[in-house]
Amino acid sequence: MSAGPSPSTSGAATTDVPAAAKVFALVGNPNCGKTTIFNALTGLRQKVGNYPGVTVERKEGTAFGQHGENFRLIDLPGAYSLSARSPDEAVLRDVLLGRRADTPKPDAVICVVDASNPERNLYLATQILELGIPTIIALNMIDVAESRDVVLDAKVLAAKLDAPVIPMQANARVGLIELKMAMTRDDLSASTYRTTIPSELEAALIKHVPALEKWDGETRRSHKWEALYLLGEHDPAHSGLSESERTRYRDARRKLEEGFSGWEETLVATRYDSIHAICKEAITHPHSDQPTLTDRLDSFLLHRFWGWATLLTVMTVLFSLIFSYADMPMGWIESGFEALSGWVRTVMPPGDLRDLITDGVIAGVGGVVIFLPQILILFFFIGLMEDTGYMARIAFIMDRLMSKVGLNGKSFIPLLSSYACAVPGIMAARTIESPKDRLITILVAPLTSCSARLPVYLLMIATLVPSEKVPVLTKVSFMLGLYVLGTLGVFVFAWLFNRFLLRGKSTPMILELPSYKAPTFKAILLHMWERTRIFIRRAGTIILGISILLWFLATYPKHESDDTGTQIEHSFAGRMGKTIEPAIRPLGYNWEMGVSLIASFAAREVFVSAMSVIYNVEDTGDEDLQPLRQRLLAANHHDGRPVFTPLVCLSVMVFYVFAMQCMSTVAVVKRETNSWRWPLFQFVYMTATAYLAALAVYQIGSRLGY
Amino acid sequence: MESEVKLSDLETGAEAVVKRFASDEGFLLRLREMGVLPGTRITLIRRAPLGDPLEISVRGSLLSVRKEEAELIEVSPQ
Repeated sequence: MSAGPSPSTSGAATTDVPAAAKVFALVGNPNCGKTTIFNALTGLRQKVGNYPGVTVERKEGTAFGQHGENFRLIDLPGAYSLSARSPDEAVLRDVLLGRRADTPKPDAVICVVDASNPERNLYLATQILELGIPTIIALNMIDVAESRDVVLDAKVLAAKLDAPVIPMQANARVGLIELKMAMTRDDLSASTYRTTIPSELEAALIKHVPALEKWDGETRRSHKWEALYLLGEHDPAHSGLSESERTRYRDARRKLEEGFSGWEETLVATRYDSIHAICKEAITHPHSDQPTLTDRLDSFLLHRFWGWATLLTVMTVLFSLIFSYADMPMGWIESGFEALSGWVRTVMPPGDLRDLITDGVIAGVGGVVIFLPQILILFFFIGLMEDTGYMARIAFIMDRLMSKVGLNGKSFIPLLSSYACAVPGIMAARTIESPKDRLITILVAPLTSCSARLPVYLLMIATLVPSEKVPVLTKVSFMLGLYVLGTLGVFVFAWLFNRFLLRGKSTPMILELPSYKAPTFKAILLHMWERTRIFIRRAGTIILGISILLWFLATYPKHESDDTGTQIEHSFAGRMGKTIEPAIRPLGYNWEMGVSLIASFAAREVFVSAMSVIYNVEDTGDEDLQPLRQRLLAANHHDGRPVFTPLVCLSVMVFYVFAMQCMSTVAVVKRETNSWRWPLFQFVYMTATAYLAALAVYQIGSRLGY
Repeated sequence: MESEVKLSDLETGAEAVVKRFASDEGFLLRLREMGVLPGTRITLIRRAPLGDPLEISVRGSLLSVRKEEAELIEVSPQ
């Protein structure tokens, strides 16, 4: 993934568009309704992928002009300025400047401006007009503006900006035809709009900026101030510049700073002055004290008491949907795949090929599909919360708590979702803009006790406190303790990573609280579908591969025995179990448990079924852990000591709290971080923590005489 | 009348005009780019239920700013 465009991001998207199709880029502030316009223009003709090398989502689609012409439409990430401050904004800047090899420089730009918030939106818009690319201004959400008594004169605005201005209400498809007509126009030309820069500053820029341009490789320079935006880079790692170029930019930046102190601030102020002058003429904005719908909703949803109550209610609903309602379709999927295996067993002769298909391929595919109900439910809710504007409010409420360990409010939903399953939780971390916070969230998310740990916890608690006389409360408190332990792990490791691993200044959370909007279900469904497809395609292949590998390890070499336990003992997996036995003996485990540990790398709950196989328990199918529990309690070491002492059970549970025994998580982290580096690091740190914690439990417990 | 206070010390619901930034760090530039400039009129809408961050209204949009950052913004209450 790190090198070269991935299959879904290039080529594929363009197959049905002639190579010469005009390329439009769609740009705008976050929350300006850009996605609605993209969906309206492209329908379902979209491709979603990643920009190579960065985890920025790349969306491209085919749009048709008013006379049926084909256009390529690239939906660029939402941004506030061309002076990039995040990987998203760097992609926007680099595509518009033609600096990305994987994306053509757009022939024209559609710049979406939120009419209800014109000044801030025009900041980016005027930067784009100055780039010299023909630009159409889509003045969206005029209905919201009108409801706030903001009256915009599109003609005046068009004259001032020297660009076509299309008033739109994209969610009702108002203005769409006019936009398509503008896209079709042959005479679309670059705007002559320029911000007037104070002469002193201009002199300083002219003195220092051209010196920079000479260094800029093959002079792909498209704009007088291109270097300025690279110069304003606050996180050079994102700029795609070579190390030597970066040094030169830094030098020039320093010289400019010496020559004209506060040049950046002056540029921003100058631009706003010009915008303010335009708005004065084009917009009548009678000062209204009428509270808007957003004001009224916020006074409830961000209320000291009702804010928490609402958040708690929303989270409870989301959780119960993921935990219990997803169970039903998950059960169907499970039995569906079991039925498929059964059918294959009846039509195929027994043998390795049959086993490969049933235990490797079908089990592997089933292991991928089983996540879909949870992923779909979570992403429906996330889509709903993002679309309505509530997500930003959650971040606002939770920010204080999350900031204590160096995260921000946006980490809350991904982490909470991870209690159901880390896979959708990690995918949800895409909503976090700060790369550092996002990475830390991904790294700690699997420490939450996900639902796959439940079977292991249940089995071990049942073995630990076998007596029926023990009050249920004891079992519950064990369970609760495990959840608390995992949660502590999240906070401790987030703090550690923030402190020692990913140092460097955290970007302060300047969050926009957008106006509330009615959700558009088409967009939400589309979003769910994209997430699902990405999961199946990227994570699915890795999960399938590992399933087949694990099947192979448990099957070969063959041992002539009808007894599956003996077969496993002699397989590669069994040998691996015996190999690691010396390492796990200090934790109180035997080689049988070693095999189960290895097998449960596929998924934690496999620990239970692996133990059943090794201890030769008839598979009774459902949740009934009794037969296996009896077997475990009866199991003895060679010298007659019982294997599953309470201390061993505790040690196993603690191990599973921290261990990253989940190939799906590894696969999805690889996909979301674009490299094997982070999933490997995560695997190592979590396994090491699990090992040390289990070791401490067993050794200290033994010393204390348990 | 021209007394200056930190944005973080402003009373909830109070309007003020931004006077100066007590630091020239990068993130304050982003705040400027989002429209918070010396001379801009802002309103402190509310504090989050836990007291931090703060919600401000500026040029028709609502922004959330952490207290830590708001302490670096000097305003003059209107």
